[in-house]
Amino acid sequence: MSADTRRQKAERIRHLLDTEGDAVHENTQVFNEGRYESTANLDDYDELKNEARAIKEDAIERLPELVDQVTEAVEANGGSVYVADDAADANRYIEEVVDGRDVVKSKSMTSEEIEVNESLEARDGDVWETDLAEFVLQVADEAPSHIVAPAIHKSREEIAALFNEVFDPEEPLETAEELTRFAREYLGEKILDAEVGMTGANFVTADTGTLALVTSEGNARKCVQATDTHVAVAGVEKLVPSVEDLQPFVELIGRSGTGQDITSYISLFTPPSDSPTFGGNELESGDDREFHLVLIDNGRMEMREDDQLRETLYCIRCSACANSCANFQHVGGHAFGGETYSGGIATGWEAGVHGEDSAAEFNDLCTGCSRCVNQCPVNIDIPWINTVVRDRINRGEDGDFDFLVEGLTPDEEPGGVDLQKRLFGNFDTLAKLGSAFAPLSNWAARTGPARSLLERTLGVDSRRELPEFERESLVEWFEKRGPHVGRDEARRQVALYPDAYTNYVRTERGKAAVRVLEALDIRVDVPPAGESGRAPLSQGMVSTAQSNADAVYDALAPAIAAGHDVVVIEPSDLAMFHREYERLLPEDDYAALHEQSYELMEYVYGLLENGGDIDVLPGGDDERIAYHSHCQQRTLDLEPYTVAVLEDCGFDVTTSDVECCGMAGSFGYKSEYYELSVDVGETLVDEFTTEDTADRTVVASGTSCLEQLDALLTRRPAHPVRLLDTQ
Amino acid sequence: MSAEAIATFESSLDEIGVELVRTTADEFASTLSPLLDAPTVGTSLPFETVSLPDSVDTDPSIADLEAAATGVTAAGYGIADYGSVIIQGGTDGEEPVSLYADEHVAVVAASDVLPDMDATFDQLAEDIRNGVGQSIIATGPSATADMGSLVTGAHGPMDVTVVLLEDK
Ligand code: SF4
Repeated sequence: MSADTRRQKAERIRHLLDTEGDAVHENTQVFNEGRYESTANLDDYDELKNEARAIKEDAIERLPELVDQVTEAVEANGGSVYVADDAADANRYIEEVVDGRDVVKSKSMTSEEIEVNESLEARDGDVWETDLAEFVLQVADEAPSHIVAPAIHKSREEIAALFNEVFDPEEPLETAEELTRFAREYLGEKILDAEVGMTGANFVTADTGTLALVTSEGNARKCVQATDTHVAVAGVEKLVPSVEDLQPFVELIGRSGTGQDITSYISLFTPPSDSPTFGGNELESGDDREFHLVLIDNGRMEMREDDQLRETLYCIRCSACANSCANFQHVGGHAFGGETYSGGIATGWEAGVHGEDSAAEFNDLCTGCSRCVNQCPVNIDIPWINTVVRDRINRGEDGDFDFLVEGLTPDEEPGGVDLQKRLFGNFDTLAKLGSAFAPLSNWAARTGPARSLLERTLGVDSRRELPEFERESLVEWFEKRGPHVGRDEARRQVALYPDAYTNYVRTERGKAAVRVLEALDIRVDVPPAGESGRAPLSQGMVSTAQSNADAVYDALAPAIAAGHDVVVIEPSDLAMFHREYERLLPEDDYAALHEQSYELMEYVYGLLENGGDIDVLPGGDDERIAYHSHCQQRTLDLEPYTVAVLEDCGFDVTTSDVECCGMAGSFGYKSEYYELSVDVGETLVDEFTTEDTADRTVVASGTSCLEQLDALLTRRPAHPVRLLDTQ
Repeated sequence: MSAEAIATFESSLDEIGVELVRTTADEFASTLSPLLDAPTVGTSLPFETVSLPDSVDTDPSIADLEAAATGVTAAGYGIADYGSVIIQGGTDGEEPVSLYADEHVAVVAASDVLPDMDATFDQLAEDIRNGVGQSIIATGPSATADMGSLVTGAHGPMDVTVVLLEDK
């Protein structure tokens, strides 16, 4: 990526932050908090998610069979089914059915995907969006910025100004009520006049040909009831085997999306509907109503064959992944957008239905923080899909291969990989060199010419402070010092994993970890294990990540074989061991490492629970602490251990509840994303500068969180283990 | 249906701002009439013991539907856990009547209140296989937040009242 491209990207993001950021933030926050609340009320949340996942797995597995089955069912009911290969095919069929008549539509992303409105309007028919948000966008001639609440980026004032300008009502519209009433009446007439009603479908049951539509406004019902022809457009992946299979989805979809226990209307239509239709002035028999189900392939059958993208088809488009994404919360779908879908899982959809180019534009906005993973009602590993697509995009590019950079980047990637990605993907090598030449390297990196060179060629933002490498790495320090607990007195033996940052940059937290573990009678070893692969993975360099993973496993294998525990300081590396390594290591190796590895504070908690003497640790004396856990640590549900240990030691702890600090590894260093990263970080800063938190000592578990807090707060943050260290 | 499920139904309805009015066949007429604001449209009730008062227009024109203050229909079931009513029916016009009036009054038999979604979907699957063409799980009024704050009655009723017939 050239410096110019980076600058343009940064400018576009800044523009969106200024114009749409606030509205998106406010609204996604409401959805996000609502989801936490509403799902917490479900006794069997995890069970429902597993059930939903299993239904989808089965349905996608048997998809061709379900297509046949639904065709039979719909035809038996008197309707017809058309399976369209792609957008053009679908539009051709729909145009024929509509035949120039006026159409009223309810919200459907699938219909946006094929751009059916444009196609119908080109044939002189009127097409009206009756979902209020879609109506606003239709009037404004804008694309959706969110898959569930498409006009989420618009404030009431903006909508009022738009309506007043376009419709010029006698009394200017102002309140949400006036706007809603106006739209209802305006669209009411369109519904009355139209002869074709078009809907999407959230689910289609293969056994009975029933459509399930999840809505809150009642407009889908009106579109179907008032018209003589019903056209439903749905991706083939919307098929589920039977009506009974709808149950977990109905309970999960509203909660996951907008935080409502259930939306106002879940309509189960088994068309053609026999409810009376609108004639001239009277209700007329609906017995002659026509029904066409248009099932769209448009790349889905290929996704089904693709071992990495297949999971995307399990998605029920609830938007939880977007709402829980810190970057999405701040900049919204117009920055995240591909041609149709935006945010979270959109990369998978765009790569599948529109191709990798459409996904490329916003793929890098996923930092892999993983907060969406637990929020997804069908347990899709969304960051993994983003990583895979990023890897494919990397491979597809012809790059400016540079032998100098190659020397610095002993990775497994093809020549085309972007230089910036190479740099961040090979942090380990960089850190090793930086440490070997410290303090000279630190000094050189700080000079103006070096910084501007870094920014120009590699896109490392010059407003970010660079990490300062220690001359002596943690591994070297420990080799000289040796363990202080003898084998015989030791309660357990531990291999402390020296992640690249702890090893070369923040050695103080590594040393503190060694001393705290030893105080609890643990014999510690610090094997030279190398970078976990998190850095290359975050750049989409999957084969490099895989070779890193192999090397890490080899280095830790003796300790694992001896039954020692592996303790990890950096949460994102523990997340590698527990999540991503499942895809990178042989099954048995993954299982062993997963089984035997722990996050540092989780491990301390375990020691204290199992007879460790808390009195050897310094008391907190009610010291007031503000603690920020790490996004990946929270996904693994490990935050409570740090809090419990600190509280047991006598600290007064309050925690942040932002999804992510915004730095998320290398993201915040990149000049094109620097401002977004800071914008996200400010939300965390706001939480730590309230009346209650402003004077608290700040601790954070992740390296990138520490860097971000250090840059944005006046207080210097530390890793929590340093509070337990007597030195 | 158990008293417990009815109590759950009542409190779920309360949470979503829907009033539950309990009645018996004997008191049905006197319970219903104060709930109906004229003009009222409706569809005939499938319960043997009760029927709609004459003031209810059961053969409305489109203009009547749009002008209606109240629309009264039976509901096939209630769902205790969610406070939902399930609008079923077809040729009689349950769908437009429950959708166009400002307020929807749904009459549900206590014996048709189902405990949860599991039970509901078992029942709905059976109904669909028996030819019921539409089942709308309606929970509270139609609502939208698309215009900047929550507004009810976006495209459907602004208010919902549930009349629980305890001895069908
Ligand atoms: S990936 Fe999961 S969380 Fe995201 S929209 Fe799809 S179902 Fe919802």
